[in-house]
Amino acid sequence: MLGGIGAAAFWLLTEPKRLDAATLAELGAGDATRGERIFWAGGCTSCHARPKSEGDARLELAGGLELDTPFGTFVAPNISSDPQFGIGNWSQEDFANAMMRGVAPDGSHLYPSFPYTSYARMNPADVADLQAFMKTLPAVSGDAPDHRLSFPFNLRRGLGLWKLLYLSDEPVVALAADAPQQVALGRYLAEGPGHCGECHTPRDLAGGADKTRWLSGAAAAEGEGIVPNITSGEGGIGDWSQSDIASYFETGFTPEFDSVGGTMVEVQRNLARLQPADREAIAAYLKAIPPHPNGYPARASPAG
Amino acid sequence: MRKLILAISALALATTAAFADVIADRKAVMKENGKQVGVLVKMVQGEADFDAEAVKAALTALNDSVQLIDVAASFPPGSDTGDTTASPKIWEDPAGFQAQVDKFKEVTAAAAAAPAQDLEALKPQLGSIGQSCQSCHEAFRVKKG
Repeated sequence: MLGGIGAAAFWLLTEPKRLDAATLAELGAGDATRGERIFWAGGCTSCHARPKSEGDARLELAGGLELDTPFGTFVAPNISSDPQFGIGNWSQEDFANAMMRGVAPDGSHLYPSFPYTSYARMNPADVADLQAFMKTLPAVSGDAPDHRLSFPFNLRRGLGLWKLLYLSDEPVVALAADAPQQVALGRYLAEGPGHCGECHTPRDLAGGADKTRWLSGAAAAEGEGIVPNITSGEGGIGDWSQSDIASYFETGFTPEFDSVGGTMVEVQRNLARLQPADREAIAAYLKAIPPHPNGYPARASPAG
Repeated sequence: MRKLILAISALALATTAAFADVIADRKAVMKENGKQVGVLVKMVQGEADFDAEAVKAALTALNDSVQLIDVAASFPPGSDTGDTTASPKIWEDPAGFQAQVDKFKEVTAAAAAAPAQDLEALKPQLGSIGQSCQSCHEAFRVKKG
């Protein structure tokens, strides 16, 4: 009996929740030209183009990139405009529910390896614009392999509980009412489409972002490396000026003329496609956020 | 057992010490490369005026430094531990790493042989150098805590 109540409660709590009518009404018609900006801010191609694609092939969103994490291996799917293998036949509502609620057209939960926890903060109109732009990109046939996850992570229904804890459309960093518009724009781009926090913020045991240590750096999802602290706290980038940061986004060179590396190479390549004002805005936001010490543990062995 | 652990620790310390110089040398080469590249970046970013002589000097110094990179001597097996951001992939995929180094040598040699004479020509020249830095750092460098 108790088990039955528990099961019923679980079923209710874990039910995928779609966007409400008011939000859907804000989607608008969708404008492909405006959507290109969101596409580069979001960097869709970094995970959804075939691995190691160059040039125009980066616009063929065939999927296939593998993300080898402690939960298992996630594989980026085909999100090209192909109606059969990609998402070409998704309605605007389908696309918005996937982006902002992590709900697939068939009503199942999507895994947060697709960073809808960030996209939930986006303006609906930007989501519609993005979809309009993606419809202009090539249709590519062929399915990417399925995710390979171990129990219990292979049970999608459980993600409903996870979303109750971690899915929110509220901004992470509170800004004063009179905060500069540039900082507010930067917050939107960084916390929403840019999804910086997905890699630069440490995660708790359940795999949710620890917002009390927002952007303080984290152990990399894959391999043994770390993702740097991009706050102004100790170990972070407090000694970078706003223009240093914006210049890094544009050129890939640090203030000491070291180059961008690792997975940030792809990110920087996308950021270089933005307008200077958007890069400046993200830089202004990073200078304005609360400083934290490094969100990853210090190296185990002393430097030799 | 205790002796074995001590022996292993001593060996680990010795190995770390043995590679400290190799690692320090690698870092010095990278620092030098960054310094020369910085001369070019400042001009492209408009922080410094274009100066053909300075471009030539920087590209020559960069190329001299890069041509001296010897993968076998500077990246011996085991030198992925200690104060280094060298990725284990260097030793897992030595051919891929060597190919990146060879490509970098080609790029800097070509640039040093025909240094840009104006700002418009410098931009693609710096662009191809930057691409080399990035593609190798993308695959073969890992930031550590």
